Amino acid sequence: MFGNLDFDVIRRALPYLFYEGMTFTLTLTGLAALGGLVFGTALALMRLSGFKILGRIAGVYVDFMRSLPLVLVIFWFYFLVPYIGQWVTGASRPISVGAFASSLITFIMFEAAYFSEIMRAGIQSISRGQPAAANALGLTYAQTMRYVVLPQAFRNMLPVLITQTIVLFQDTSLVYVLSITDFLGAASKVAQRDGRLVEMYLFAAVVYFTISCIASFGVRRLQARIAIIR
Amino acid sequence: MIEISHVNKWYTPSFQVLTDCTTSVTKGEVVVVCGPSGSGKSTLIKCVNALEPFQSGDISVDGTKVNDPKTNLPKLRSRVGMVFQHFELFPHLKIIDNLCLAQQKVLDRSRDKAMAKGMQLLERVGLKEQAQKYPANLSGGQQQRVAIARALAMDPIVMLFDEPTSALDPEMVSEVLDVMVDLAHEGMTMMVVTHEMGFARKVANRVIFMDRGEIVEDAAKEDFFGKPRSDRAQKFLSKILSH
Repeated sequence: MFGNLDFDVIRRALPYLFYEGMTFTLTLTGLAALGGLVFGTALALMRLSGFKILGRIAGVYVDFMRSLPLVLVIFWFYFLVPYIGQWVTGASRPISVGAFASSLITFIMFEAAYFSEIMRAGIQSISRGQPAAANALGLTYAQTMRYVVLPQAFRNMLPVLITQTIVLFQDTSLVYVLSITDFLGAASKVAQRDGRLVEMYLFAAVVYFTISCIASFGVRRLQARIAIIR
Repeated sequence: MIEISHVNKWYTPSFQVLTDCTTSVTKGEVVVVCGPSGSGKSTLIKCVNALEPFQSGDISVDGTKVNDPKTNLPKLRSRVGMVFQHFELFPHLKIIDNLCLAQQKVLDRSRDKAMAKGMQLLERVGLKEQAQKYPANLSGGQQQRVAIARALAMDPIVMLFDEPTSALDPEMVSEVLDVMVDLAHEGMTMMVVTHEMGFARKVANRVIFMDRGEIVEDAAKEDFFGKPRSDRAQKFLSKILSH
C-alpha cells in the first residue's frame, strides 16, 4: 500500500517547511499568546472591577468573540482592518496591513476572550484576605494586583494557560484562509506542487502531534514544580 | 489616636451590622474588644482602616478622617498595622520578601534598608532562621508572628489585631501572645479583637464588650473584670471564664 509513496520529498522540503513555515507558526503562537494574556488579563480585571459598565463591556466582548468561528474572524478581520485603520488615522485610502499583522491582531483579540476567562477564574481563586492584607499594608489597587493577586492567579492557572496555548498553536493553521505560509501552509504548497498530498499531510500531522504532546508533557512537569504550596 | 463616633453599618436597612458605635483609643493605650461571634467586633476593627465601608458616622485615625473620600487611603493604611485571623501572608513570596514588599513599594525604602529592617524584626519575633523559607513551610504560630513583623516593618502608629489567635492550635497561642504582650509593654497603641481574657487582664487598659452590633460595655479593665454593669457582658464572661 505504501509502495508508491515517496518520503524523500519530505527530506527535500524540510528547510522550507521549518525555516519558513514553522518559524511563522511559532512566532504567531508566541506573540498571540503573550498579547492575548495581557489583553485577556485586562478584560478579566475589567470584569471583576467594581465598575458595572466596564464589566458589562468586557462581558459582551468575551461572549461576542466566543460565539464566532475563528476562521470567520480571521477572514473578516483581514478585510476590515485596512478600513478601520483608514477610519482611525483619517487616511484617504484603506491602510495596507500585512497578512501577518492582521492575523496577529485577530489571534490576540480572539485569544484574549479565552485567556480572560482563565485569568478571571485564577483571580477568583485567591482568597479575599490576600488583597485585604495587601491593602492594609498600604498597597494601592494596582500594586495589590501587580505584586500579590496576579502572580498567584497566574501561577495557579499556568497549566490551563499553556493548554490553551497548545490549542492556539494548532489553531494558527487556520491562517491558510489568508494564503499565509505557516507550517501547514508550507506543507500544503509542497504537497500540491509535487503531487505528494498523502506524504506531506501525514508528516504535518506527525509534527503537530509531536510538538503538542511534548508541550502537554511539559505542562505536567511544570505544574508539579511551580505550584504554590499551601 | 483612633476616634470612632456614631458609626452605623448595614447591608440592607433591616440587616444592621453596627449600631451607633462610639469609642476611642488614645496614644499608648491597649484596648481589647470582645463579644460573642457575630457581634460585629471584627467588622468594627476593619472599619478603622477602611477595609469595610460604613454608612454613617465618623472614624478618624491620628486626625485623618477615614470616611472622607479625599483621604489617601493607601497612605493612611500604611501607618496602621493590621494582623488578620488567618495570617494572610503572601504564599508566593519568601518570608523576608513578605516583610520587604510594602516597605519598598509603599515607603520607597531601598532593598538593603528594607532587608535590614525585615531581618531585625524577624529576629525580634524569633524567626530569623526562617527568612528564606516560604509561608507554607512555617507553623501557624510562626506565620502569625511573621504577620506581626510584617505589619511592624511599616513603623505603624497603631496596630489592629483581628482575632490573631483564633485560628491557631492551642499550643501556639502563647508564642503569639508573648509577642503582643511585649509590644504592649513597649507602649504601642493597640486595638485587639480577641477572646484571650488572660491577655486582656495582663496588658489591656480598657475592655470593650460588643453584642449584636452595639458597644454594650466600654470600661477600664479593672471595672470590666471586677463587675460588668450589663447582664449580657456578665453572661459572656461567666461562659468563657468558667473553664
